[in-house]
Formats: sequence, structure tokens, C-alpha cells
Amino acid sequence: MNQAGFPILSLLTYLPLLGVAYIATLRGAEEAVARQARQGALAISLLTLALGVYLWTQFDPGQAGYQFVESAAWFPGLDIQYRMGVDGISLFLILLTLVLTPIAILSSASITRRGRSFFAALLLLETMTTGMFAAADFLLFYVFFEAVLLPMYLIIGVWGGEKRIYAAVKFFIFTLAGSLFMLLALIWLWHHAGTTDIVTLLHTPIPAAAQLWLFAAFLASFGVKAAVWPLHTWLPDAYGEAPVPGTIMLAAVLSKMGAYGFLRFAVPMLPQASAAAEPLMFTLGVVAVIYISFVALAQTDMKRLIAYSSVAHMGVIIIGIFTFTVEGVEGALFQMLSHGVVIAGLFVCTGVLLARGEGLALSRLGGLAVGMPAYAALLMLFSLANMGLPGTSGFIGEILVIVGALKVNFWVSLLGGAGMILGAAYMLVLVRAVLFDKFTRPELAQVSDLNAREYAMLLPLAALVLWLGIYPSSFTHMFDASVASLVQAHTAALSSHTALAMVTQK
Amino acid sequence: MYTLIAVLAPLVGSLIAGVARPVIGRHAAIAGSIVFMLVSAGAGILAQLGGVQAPLHIASWISVGSFTPDWTLRQDELSLAMVAMVSLVSMLIHVYSIGYMAHDKTAPRFFAYMSLFTFAMLALVTANNLLQLFFGWEGVGLVSYLLINYWYERPAANAAAIKAFIVNRVGDLAFAVGIALTYFVFGSISFDQIFANVAAQAANGYTLFGTQFPVLEVIAILLFIGAMGKSAQLFLHTWLPDAMEGPTPISALIHAATMVAAGVFMVVRMSPVINAAPVAMEVITVIGGTTAFFAGTVGCVQNDIKRIIAYSTCSQLGYMFLAAGVGAYPVAMFHLINHAFFKALLFLAAGSVIHAMSDEQDIRLMGGLARKLPVTWLMMLFGSLALAGIPPFSGYYSKDAILGAAFLAHTPVALYGWGLGVFTALLTAFYTARVFLLTFHGQCRAPKHVQEHVHESPLVMLVPLLVLGAGALGSGYLLRDNFIGANFAQFWGPSINVAANSPMGALDAVPSWVAMAPLAAGIIGIAIAITFYVLAPALPAALSQQFGGLYRFLLNKWYFDELYDWLLVRPALRLAKFAWRFGDEQVIDGVPNGLATLTTDASTQTVKLQTGSIALYAFIMLIGLLGFLSLFLWVR
Repeated sequence: MNQAGFPILSLLTYLPLLGVAYIATLRGAEEAVARQARQGALAISLLTLALGVYLWTQFDPGQAGYQFVESAAWFPGLDIQYRMGVDGISLFLILLTLVLTPIAILSSASITRRGRSFFAALLLLETMTTGMFAAADFLLFYVFFEAVLLPMYLIIGVWGGEKRIYAAVKFFIFTLAGSLFMLLALIWLWHHAGTTDIVTLLHTPIPAAAQLWLFAAFLASFGVKAAVWPLHTWLPDAYGEAPVPGTIMLAAVLSKMGAYGFLRFAVPMLPQASAAAEPLMFTLGVVAVIYISFVALAQTDMKRLIAYSSVAHMGVIIIGIFTFTVEGVEGALFQMLSHGVVIAGLFVCTGVLLARGEGLALSRLGGLAVGMPAYAALLMLFSLANMGLPGTSGFIGEILVIVGALKVNFWVSLLGGAGMILGAAYMLVLVRAVLFDKFTRPELAQVSDLNAREYAMLLPLAALVLWLGIYPSSFTHMFDASVASLVQAHTAALSSHTALAMVTQK
Repeated sequence: MYTLIAVLAPLVGSLIAGVARPVIGRHAAIAGSIVFMLVSAGAGILAQLGGVQAPLHIASWISVGSFTPDWTLRQDELSLAMVAMVSLVSMLIHVYSIGYMAHDKTAPRFFAYMSLFTFAMLALVTANNLLQLFFGWEGVGLVSYLLINYWYERPAANAAAIKAFIVNRVGDLAFAVGIALTYFVFGSISFDQIFANVAAQAANGYTLFGTQFPVLEVIAILLFIGAMGKSAQLFLHTWLPDAMEGPTPISALIHAATMVAAGVFMVVRMSPVINAAPVAMEVITVIGGTTAFFAGTVGCVQNDIKRIIAYSTCSQLGYMFLAAGVGAYPVAMFHLINHAFFKALLFLAAGSVIHAMSDEQDIRLMGGLARKLPVTWLMMLFGSLALAGIPPFSGYYSKDAILGAAFLAHTPVALYGWGLGVFTALLTAFYTARVFLLTFHGQCRAPKHVQEHVHESPLVMLVPLLVLGAGALGSGYLLRDNFIGANFAQFWGPSINVAANSPMGALDAVPSWVAMAPLAAGIIGIAIAITFYVLAPALPAALSQQFGGLYRFLLNKWYFDELYDWLLVRPALRLAKFAWRFGDEQVIDGVPNGLATLTTDASTQTVKLQTGSIALYAFIMLIGLLGFLSLFLWVR
């Protein structure tokens, strides 16, 4: 058995299903059911979170490989097992999922229509996402990866905004088309190695020619999920149209699936191809940072501006991963966490305005700092974190990626860091349009400040932003070993390619 | 320990004023901020008296690979001098603000920002590694943004605040990359480790643009670009005059005494690296000298009292960089400290004038205030004489030393800086005297209802003025021996790296005509101002007619704002629109949307389904999933 003494990862994964079962039994008037469903979902998600924190306390930061491993026969004849495990790379992504689900549930106060289904879908989403990050078998990973689509598609398509069908179908088609390629890659790998166990796959050499094709397949699937430019256009629509809790889960958690895929599969399994693709990925990352930041600057809607800023940050994460340096990869990983927390905070802030019946058109907001000082302070904090101000979480990832990238290439570092300037530009424009200047309409003076439920969402996120920013060691400490071994393995695999290896050495 | 108290007390005060205000009320919030500022200033001075101590490790910050910046307070001579100055000046300005902001409804927010600023600035000057310095650096930038934007319902304040932040960020990006390169080269970003290994890296190169450059030069230039942004040097200066949209006390604290000097401080802090980068030093000299001159010329024709002082700040910072560029870092620090006192004094006195004039800032609408504001008049006189470099006021000692050092360095670049510097001394004296004469002497040109309300400021504003006035009078004379005189090597210890061939050792050996030149220039400048504004008041108008082109060129600040607007801001906004409307919506999105049109039927079906049962939905998707799984098994 594992350190915990019981199958903690499976428990974490399937505990929310208990909530789904409870919700399914609810009967009565629509609003009452929605309320009960929300409370039930909140309770079960908090319980799961508590278990997740226990996992963190039991986690051994000294070990690089999978911990809490559990396995069971699945398709015995095919050498496919149900296998779960967590290492430094996935630990905090699981915790991120567990932290953000209760917040998404709290932000669902406006959902009264079909409340039962909605909260069931949210909990299902938690199960699928946690399972995906905890999977130690490629097939299992794939199943969860695909299954995430199901609840998310419903959340956008049923509870979304005006163009929800368009957005949902676009999201579905993009992601599905991408993951078909992953399926092909999965089948090839399984055929090649005879197993889908991730650890075994990591140690199976793959011919360089095949690596390129596999990498292309991974790029298609993970690239879409991570919204790598130019595969990102599903994202503004999906983020824009999804209801706030859906947007939070999409932006904060689901977008990390792609980056996680690169870190878990593309880079360690395909070292030569990854190294060969480095210039391409740097280019995509830099274009995302600069081009998308400009697009964000032109946005006229608060939610879409934040959505585009999210894409720009994914560019930084991609750059960080493909530096193959400890600093860059940890920076990318850290940026994934930070981005999850910050973007969730920003979307909760949009939800606060929606809940007061305000639109999100920037031209019709303004001056809210007068009547909503607490809201203004928190929105400011998340905005500052989003533009990477030191002392907030956003800075740590950004500077680590800049440092890591500089070891490889000066210009990637400089251009990838350009988000410091452009990010400040669009976030300050956003803050100005929402909080400052005069009221565009007199009714804005009447908007009330945060209520207890909103504090319950925003304060924990704000605390996390500061904790991550001021004492990041409590997090980086956990992924040090795993990342170090990833980078070492990559360097070793390339040792014949001396030119590249030199670059990746410290 | 005192240093730690000095650094953290303002943070506590800021939290009291900012977060606890709804609970404790307005007066207690402001009082809390003031009390902790007094504690900070006391501790800052005690720390300075206590002398150098080993760095105080507080906690680890980032620890990734060998990138391990800590939270550590550095307590060497340089840090302690800055801590004492910053906490003292900040405390005085806090006290002054009690009076200045008395009628402001949201004053606790103002005090919260000011205290937060002080914390960030102290964190900056006590940093023990480049990243902690960067933390303070960005922190002061943030609070500067918040305070310029303090009256956020004014569009001009918003625009100025955003401009300040973004222009600073341009410099900060270079700074951040410079930090990364430092780490790449030295394997550490802690000051001690960098400085210990400078010699080992002196011969190494770094390839950029296909050319090999000495790596230390690249680092020094990158860091200096950061300093240019923060200290409003030429090309990155445009934000500083606009920053005057903020309340006057913060112009005194942030945009005169402390934050804008951070660039100079950083260059001095990095002196061992800068000394090893001779080309970068020449760049610093040229930029410093040129900025001093540029800002001086613009200052001569502006009419807004705060903007004139802002340009003079820009110009004086240029002087400091000129000193640093020729390797005379102690002289730069000397001017930095003197400038902090007399410039804070000038701003606060100007604030007192603005306060008295019902928020009028145009000097053409002032005049004759000397009798009505006697204390302010005297203090403004002190500040002006110090700025103009008239003995025995502080500016005289430090400006003289800067120009002497530049002359002694005797390289072509240093002589360029010296020439411009001496001429700028004339300009400085001229515009300073111009402000002073137009504000306080002659006939009052204000509308009648404003004139009736003119009153001297309350005591709580005058006492800080008097203390700063004493500083402007005495700091030059009192600090001279220790800062740049015979004791300088002992006073600064190893905290500043003065190269053997720097002009520091020979400051007393300046030829007497060189030593007299700045003072002569200053007196000529004052004489011209008296001619223009007392003896022959028709002359300035006639001259501006005669030299209309030059006048407009200066009045429009050499057209930098227009140039940047035309060259950068507008294209950026147009590009943004284009990237979104064309690039994203038509090109990249065009492909999938084209595909989508082909499958319109499918989506119509989806629309129909949407009204149906979710269970059905889920069921269909599960079937799809099973389909994939069977495909997988089938291939086997």
C-alpha cells in the first residue's frame, strides 16, 4: 500500500461522486433544490479539500517519483492497469482543483435553473479533473482527459450566455479534434511499449523519427487545451459565454491540463523531439505573450479581456516548460498555480458585478471604487498579481521563467518578459475602466459592496496570492525533486546532442 | 534590530490606516499611521547611529535550483544612510499631510498609501540581493501609481498614473532581464557574491546581435535602463512631470526625495559592477549630463509651479548620474541626500502656496505672496538658494563637487557632462529665481476672491517645513566631510566601490576657476531672472516673440510626448484593434468557423437537443467515449 495506508487518490477522485449521488436524490421546488444542491456540493467539496490538504501534509518532497501509488488490474490481457499516483508536478494541480471547486460552487448563487444538474456537473468535473491529474496510466489519463469535456460542455451549453451553443460546440469540436491525435499517439505508444504505464513509458526509448510525429500529436491535443496560439480561439468564446463558475473552472483548472500534458508526456517521453521543437514553442509562446496582449488591450468587455490575458499567460508557461531548466520549468509550474488562483479571483470579481445586475461592457462601468472600496481593493490585488507585481504570486513564476529563458536565449527572455509591460497596460486599462474615473451612469453609485459569500470566495484567493508571492518556498519545495529529475533526465537523454545539452546545463 | 523596526513600522501603520479604518475610524487611522512613522524615523536614526551590522536574515523567499534570493536586511553604510534619510523625510511629510489633507474625505487611504510607500522604499534600500531590491522597486512604483491616481475621478490623474506605471515598466523589464543575466553569469544575485566575483567575470563576453560584448557591460546597461525609468532620465522621463497630478505631499516624498532617487541608489549600490563596465559608465555620464540640460531648458519656460519643480528634479537626478558616471559615487550620494531635503522642502513650500491659493498652480496667477505667507516665503527662499547652488546652502556643496569631479575625470564624455552641467547651473538658478519672484514678489495677479482667502498654513504644516529648511541650510556643510571629504573612505567603508582612478581622491585639487564656475553661473542665472521679472518685466514676452520657435520647442518639452504618442502609443492601439478584429476574428477564427458553417445542420440539431434532457446529452457523450475506447481495443 502507500504512505497514507488507504487509496487516498481514488478517494479524492471519487468522493465528489458521493455528492452527485446525494444531489440526485433531491426533490422539490426548483429553487429549494438548487439551494440544497449547492450546500451539499459545497460540503462534499470542502471535505475533499480537507482530504487533499492531508495528502499535502503526507507528501514526501524528497522523492522525485510517484507517491501514494495504487494499482489494480483493469484490462489484464492488454497490460493496462488502473494506476494512480502523484508527484511534485501533479500535487499542487490536484490541490488547485480541490481549492477552486468550492469557490466555483460558491460563485454559483445565480444558478437557480436546473440547479441539481448544474451542481452534479460541477462535482463530476472535479472528479474528472482530479482523476486526470492523479492518473499514472496513460489510458486512464486519456479517459479522464476526455471525460472532462462532458460536464464542461454541458455547463457552457446549458447555463451559458447568449451565444452559449456556438461557444460550447466550438469548445467541444476544438478539444475533441485535438484529443483524437492524442488517442493515436496513445495507441502507438502502447503498441510500441506494450503497456500504458506512464513510468514504463518514460523509460522506453522512442526512435527519433517517431518522436516528431508523436510530438505533433501531443501538440495538437495539449496545445488546444492550453490554448497555445493559434489554437486559442475557442477560448475567448468559451470563457466569455460560460457561466462564472464554469469560467473559473475552465480558466483556472482546465487550461492547466494542456500544460500538464506537455510536462508529463511530451517533454519527458520525447526528449529529442521536444528539443527540436524548442524554437517553435518559444516562437508560439512569445507570439502568445505579445500578440495576445495586444488583442487583450483592444477588448471592450471585462470578461473577454481577462480571457485573453489568460492566453497571454499560457505563453509564459509554454516558454518556461521548453527552457528545460530547473528555473524555467518550476517557473512554469508555479505560474500554472498562480495563474489558476489569480484568474479565478478575477473571474469571481466579474461575477460580483453580474450578480448586481451590471453588464461587463467596460464603457458602461467606472467609478466603482467610491461605493465598493473592498471590492476595489481585491480587484486591484488580483490585477496586480496578474501583471506580475513582486510580492504577489504572479511575479514568482514570471521572474523564474525570465531567468530560465535567459539561460537559453536572451531574446526569448526579453520578449517573453514583455508581458510585464503589456500586461500592466491592459490590466491598468481594465482597472481604470471599472474602478476609476467618473461614473458612466448615475446608478453605479448605488452598487453595494461585497457580501459575506463573496468575501468567502475572494479572501482565501487573496490570501493564496500573497502566500504564493511572499513565501513561495512552501510550494516550490514540493516540486523541486520531481522537476530536478525531469530536467536531469532530459539533459541525459540529449547527452549525445552536445550542443543542446550545454544549453540546458546549469 | 533598529533597521527591522524602521522597515516594518510603516507597514504596520499602513495596515492600520488602510485595513482597520472602518473599525477604528478616521482619526485613529491617521494617528496610527503617524505614530508608526515616528517609530520608524526614530529607529532609522538609531540604526544610523548604531553603525554597520551584519545582514539580518529574515526568511527565505524563492529557492529554485541555485536561484535563492532571501528576505534579508542589509545594514551597511549605504543602506543605513538611506534608511535614516527616507524614514526622516517621510515622517516629516506624513506630519505635513495632516494639515494638507485635512479637508480630504478619504485621507486615511492617503496615509495608508504613504506608509506603504515608505515600507517599500525602505525594503528597497535595505535589500541584500537584486530581487529584493526589485521587490521594493516595483512596490514604490505601485504606490506611486496609486498616489498619482489618488483623485481617481480625474481623467488626467488616471492617464498620468497609467503612464507612470507603464513607462517605468519599460525600464523594469530591462532591469528584470538584467537580474536574470546577473544570475546566469554569477550564479547568484546576492550582492556580496556578485561583488566578490566581478574580477573573475571581467574578461567574459556575451553575444548579442551576433557581436561579442563584455558581459559586465551588458549587465550594467540593462540595470541602468531600469534606473533610467525610475529616475526619469532622458527618453524615459515623460512620466515624471505628469505625475504632478497627485497630491503635493507625495510629489515631495515620492517624486522628489525618495523614489526617483532609487535609480541613483541602485547604480551606487552596484558600483563594483558599474566600475568594471567603462562603456556603461560613459553612457551613464552622457545620459545624466544630457538629462540635466534637457530638463533645465524645459523648466525655464513652464508655468505650473509643480511642473517646474518636477523638471528641476529630473535635472538634478541627471547631475547625480553624471557624478556616478565618472565614478564619484559618494558625491552622487551626497547630492542625493541634500537634494532629498531641499527638494522636499521646495515641494512642501509649493504645496503651502497652492494650499493658500485655493489649489491654483499657475505662477502667472500668483505674485506678491511674500507678505501674506512669511514663513513659506522664507522656506521657499532656503530651498531655492539650495537648488540654485548658492553657499552656504547644501546644493552648493554637492553640485560643486559633482562638476569638479566631472572636470577632474577629464575624459571627453566627462567634459561634455561638465560643460552641460555648468550651463545647467545657470538655467537652474534662472528658473528657480523665476518661480520665486513670480510667486512671492511683484503684484498679485490672482482673481480677487482667491486673494481674499490667502492665508499662512497651519503649524502642523510649517514645522516640517522648518525642519527641512534647517536641512537645506545645514546638510551640505555638516555632511560634507563624511560624505565626500577627508573621511569619505572611512564613512562609506566597503559599501561603495570607489575605483583607484576615480576623481574622488583629488576633489580638493580642482582648479579654482573650475570651482568658481558653477557659482558664477548660478549668480548670472539669478541676475537674468531679476532682470526679466523685476527690472524689465516686458522682456520675457518680447524674447518669446523673437524666438518663437525655440520657445515653443521648450514649452512643448522638446515634443517628446507628441513623438511617443505618434511613434508608440497610437500604433500600439491601432495594432491592438487590428490584431483583434482582423487577426483573431477573421484569420485564425475564420478557419474553424468556415468548418462550422459546413456543419450547421449538426449545430441546429444541438440547439434542439439543448431543450431536451441533460441525461440524454450525457448519454450521447458517453457513447462517444465508449466509441473511442472500442476503437482503441479494436486496433489491438
